[in-house]
Formats: sequence, C-alpha cells, structure tokens
Amino acid sequence: MTENTNMKVKYGRSKGFFETFERRPGAIKKNMHYCPGCGHGIVHKLIAESIADFDIKDRTIMIAPVGCSVFSYYYYDYFGISAPHGRAPAVATGLVRANPDNIVVSYQGDGDLGAIGFNNFIQAANRGENIAVFFVNNGIYGMTGGQMAPTTLPGQKTATSPTGRSVTNEGYPLKVSEMVAALDAPIYVERVSLSSTKNIARTRKAIRKAFQNTIDKKGFSMVEILAGCPVNMKFNSREMNEFIENQMQHYFPLGCFKDIADTRDPIKRPEGIFDKQKVKDILYPIKVAKGVSADFKNESKIFQKERKIKIAGFGGQGVLSLGMMIATMGKLRNFNVTWLPSYGPEMRGGTANCTIITSRQKVCSPIVDKLCNLLIVLNQPSMEMFLPELKQNGVLLYDSSTIAPPKCSEDKIIYAVKASDIAKKIGSLKCANSVILGALSVVMKDYFLEGKDKKDFDRAFEEAIMDCFADKQNVIQMNIEAFYAGKEAVEATLTNPHPGV
Amino acid sequence: MTDKKKVKKYFVKIEPDECKGCERCVNACPKAVLKMGTELNFMGFPFAYYVGAGCVGCSACFYNCPEPGAVTIFEVSDDADGDSEKEEDEED
Ligand SMILES: Cc1ncc(C[n+]2csc(CCOP(=O)(O)OP(=O)(O)O)c2C)c(N)n1
Ligand code: SF4
Ligand code: SF4
Ligand code: SF4
Ligand SMILES: [Mg+2]
Repeated sequence: MTENTNMKVKYGRSKGFFETFERRPGAIKKNMHYCPGCGHGIVHKLIAESIADFDIKDRTIMIAPVGCSVFSYYYYDYFGISAPHGRAPAVATGLVRANPDNIVVSYQGDGDLGAIGFNNFIQAANRGENIAVFFVNNGIYGMTGGQMAPTTLPGQKTATSPTGRSVTNEGYPLKVSEMVAALDAPIYVERVSLSSTKNIARTRKAIRKAFQNTIDKKGFSMVEILAGCPVNMKFNSREMNEFIENQMQHYFPLGCFKDIADTRDPIKRPEGIFDKQKVKDILYPIKVAKGVSADFKNESKIFQKERKIKIAGFGGQGVLSLGMMIATMGKLRNFNVTWLPSYGPEMRGGTANCTIITSRQKVCSPIVDKLCNLLIVLNQPSMEMFLPELKQNGVLLYDSSTIAPPKCSEDKIIYAVKASDIAKKIGSLKCANSVILGALSVVMKDYFLEGKDKKDFDRAFEEAIMDCFADKQNVIQMNIEAFYAGKEAVEATLTNPHPGV
Repeated sequence: MTDKKKVKKYFVKIEPDECKGCERCVNACPKAVLKMGTELNFMGFPFAYYVGAGCVGCSACFYNCPEPGAVTIFEVSDDADGDSEKEEDEED
C-alpha cells in the first residue's frame, strides 16, 4: 500500500527536530550519529517532542555535554551550546540567570554528570537553578570506548574494569537521584528507564513534567534515565533491554524520589544588567575628577627604581586601608603601584602588614622580601619584627604614642608621630592611619619628591582619602582633619628640616 | 471508554534509509507485525519492515526507535481501503 490522502500521520518525525541535519557533516543528513539502538536517540526524540508540543522552541537552550551526545545541537531546531566536560549545569546557570525566561536544559551522561562534573551538578541542584537536567545513565563512558563510569554496576566488565567493577577497589555505583532528592532545593527528581515500551512512556511523561516545571519557573528538575549503550556492552537490543531491566533497575530502582513543584512559588531572582556602560559604572564608579592629568610625568629620579613601602601593625588598626590610601595616592599621581596585603587567618587582633611599591617604571613584582625603603610601624611587636628589614638609609615612620623609640643604626631616618593620641583627640582612634598619612606626606616631600612633583602633592592624599572612604561619606571630613593634624605634628618636631633629595 | 469505541485502521512505514537495524521496534511490537529484512540500506544496515497488516497504532515501535524519522505511523480514515485490520483503538 502507498500513502494516500486518507492517511494522517499519527506518530512521525517531530517538529522539534530539523527536517534535515545540515549541521551534521557527511552525507547522512536524516539520521543522528548514534550507534544502532542507542538510548540517546530515544531520549532526543522525547525531548524534541516535548519542545514542539510546549511550543517553546524559540526560548529553549539545550547544553550539549561531552560524551556521545556532544553533537546534540546538530539535531534540534532550537539553541544549542557546548560546554566543557561536566560543566553543563554551570553554563545552564549562566543562561537562566541572564534571562529567566530561557528554558534551559542540561543534557548529561553519567561520566559527565557523575564523575568530572558532579560538583557542578550538585551545586546547581542545591542552588535550585530553574533548569531541567536530563541525565542519561548508561553505566559507561560511551564516547571514549566503554570505560567504567561512576554508575557502572558492581561486577560489570568495562574497558577499565576488565574483571568487573570491584566495590572494594572502585566503590559502589553513585545513586545520583537519591542524593539529589535529599537536598532541599530540587523540586522534581525521578528515575526512569528505556527498557520497555511502558518504561519509555514513563520517561516521556517525566521529561514533560520537567519541562512544565521549568516553564513554570519552579526550580531544579532532574530526570535520570537508565539507558542502553548496546555497542560498548556488546548486547543486541533485546539483551540490552534485559540488562537494564534486570541488572540496572535492580541496583537503581525506578520511581519518583521527589515532586514538590506544587509547594513552590515561581523563582524570582534579581535581574541581570546587560548594558556595558551600566556595568562599568557600577564596577568603577566615577565620583569626582581626581588625580593629575594623564600626561603628567613624575620627574623625581628616586622613582626610577621601585620604592618599597611596608606598613605593619595589628589587624583593626587600619594597616591595609592605610596601604590602600598610599597606593591610591600613587595612582592619582600617575605612578605605577602595587598593593599586597598579608594577614593571619584571624580578621582582627593578629598581625597584619601590607606592602606598596611605587615606581615610574613598571613594577615587576608586588612582593617586598626584606629590604624596604620606607617602613611604617603601628605597634611594638611589628617594630621588633620588621625594623631589621629596613634598608640602609631607609626611612622609619612610627606611632610614638604606643611605641618606644627604637634603637637602630645611624643611617636610618626616623620620623615619629603620636598618631593614636592625635586621632583620639580628633574623635576616633580609627583615624590614626590618616594621621600617619599626614606624617607620610611630609616624609615623602622631604625624601622622595623633587621639583614639580611636590606641587599640589597634598591634594593627591586628600583625594586618596576621599576615594578610600567613598562609601562612608560621613568620615571623610574627619580623616582629612586627621591627615592635616598628622602633617602639622610632624612638621613641628622637625627642628632641622631635612632637605629634599 | 466503551461509548468512545471507534474502529480505526493504522499503517506503519519504515524508511529503509533511516533505519539502523537495531531491532528495537521488532522486539517491541505487540502484534509482531514488524520484521527484519536482509537487504542493506545506503548506510549499510539491514532494515526493518512492516509485514503489511495487523498494526494497531500502539506507537511502541515509534517510541522504541532511536532514529527521528525511521518510523512513521499513519492513521487511515475509514473510507480508505487500507490493508490494516480493524482493531479497537486503545485510548490512553
Ligand atoms: C576534560 C575532559 N576530560 C576527559 C575527556 C574524555 N571524555 C570524553 S567523553 C568522556 C566520558 C563520557 O561518558 P558519559 O558522560 O557517560 O557519556 P556517554 O558517552 O556515555 O553518553 C570522557 C571521559 C574530555 N573530553 N574532556
Ligand atoms: S557508544 Fe554507546 S552511548 Fe555512544 S552512541 Fe554508541 S551506543 Fe550510544
Ligand atoms: S504501532 Fe504498534 S502494532 Fe503497529 S507496528 Fe508499531 S508496534 Fe506494531
Ligand atoms: S527501531 Fe528504528 S532503527 Fe531500529 S530497527 Fe526499528 S526502525 Fe530501524
Ligand atoms: Mg555514559
């Protein structure tokens, strides 16, 4: 009999597939690349059918994993993206977060999901990403020639378990559905199989349910599909189905492990920002025009070489932010600068130090190992620890309200300022670091800066303070006051002002 | 369901050049009306064929087949002189 007008297609090639697979290289344009009897083909058909029926072709993105299904984007008439091995859930996360209206499918094999990518998968599940994961568990690495997978059954022979998987050596098969169902976030987890027509019908239903959940933005759905890789397992299709039914389903019981979509509201997450300028403005807000003009060239010869500054104290003294202010000041004066903090595991109370390097040239490394040009010390233990690291003719600046005058060799140039005392008078111990900064401005003028570099130099410090306290507008004034107080205090102690270098 | 009973005829077509001869459809057909041939198609696979009568349109072959377009199941309207036998439609 031939087709005639009285014949209507009841089941046929899904509209979810391309009519011909033009993306597929070679002469075969109507078939998929899978081996005869492969489970992937059946799952692809069910997915294509769902997508056509739900009419979501224009907003569906399926991520092709690494594995036999790596070329799945040859076939579907919707969007496909390839992800590195095991990373499909991470890529899926990006796609759905960027546009919550996307219907994102992470299609993965058992090697991809259960081995190399398990962390990516379980974290996406735990975040409750609104994606559908179709996990094709064929118990083997199909693509690479039949190696053992995390889901290979005990005793099952594979290329890498030639005498059968030994649970004492390789452990037990990974029960992914049970594990993911135990998490709070996932809403739907079901294990199905392709072993029989009845089981394929259940798989079809499960895939549709996962799509429905994703369309409704209910969260993370996963369907684990026990499938066959008849070629690597050297089975004909009847033996393959029997193996799935009698062996795989025995170890991996079928059933719905979780289905709580009804109890969840659609997911709402903050909207993404895609305007380049807006992103830039958020990341690098321009508060005030600062710094010298871009063509300003520092002339101080001393900066031909890197100037290494070390600041040390205890955590909470503002050591790191003082360093940041100095680095910012350098940046605003067109120096090349680095800032590198170093502190113990404790946030406060332990020792903290940071190093800043400023130079007219490129800075080769941010690390100051021994020998610094300028040492700023804010507590006694740091003095003992770091003073030996001060270079010959180096400059020492310290808080003399708490630290005893150090004993050091004649060549060292020493500045002391009662930073803590002054800060307390101004209103907060916290601005002691700005007092130090004021003292530093004197030191810099005396020892580091030459010619027109000195001009307007304090402005760079002021701007650095404003920059560093940009999100705490109310303390800027106090810190600027502290800065000038520090400056005055040091100038007053200089009976014999040092000449500039 | 009894009041909805309606006699329908079906016809199943297997595209020789889209079949990879895996026999899944043959094994799945509850009416045993699909068979494997011995001829090879352009890919070099033997392919399944419909014996010409007895299909009940259950869709088992379609969903068991891993290929997108190898199996098509047609519904033949009553006035057509199809070869299929009259069977009860198993509504789902
Ligand atoms: C980073 C990386 N590591 C290893 C591989 C090699 N590799 C390719 S596919 C695969 C395993 C695929 O197994 P599975 O996910 O079960 O897919 P199947 O082919 O069985 O569907 C491996 C290890 C790779 N491509 N990339
Ligand atoms: S190797 Fe296995 S999983 Fe890969 S296409 Fe062939 S049958 Fe399918
Ligand atoms: S539709 Fe059902 S009865 Fe008809 S050929 Fe396919 S499996 Fe057999
Ligand atoms: S299931 Fe499909 S590919 Fe396999 S023999 Fe039948 S028609 Fe051919
Ligand atoms: Mg696999």
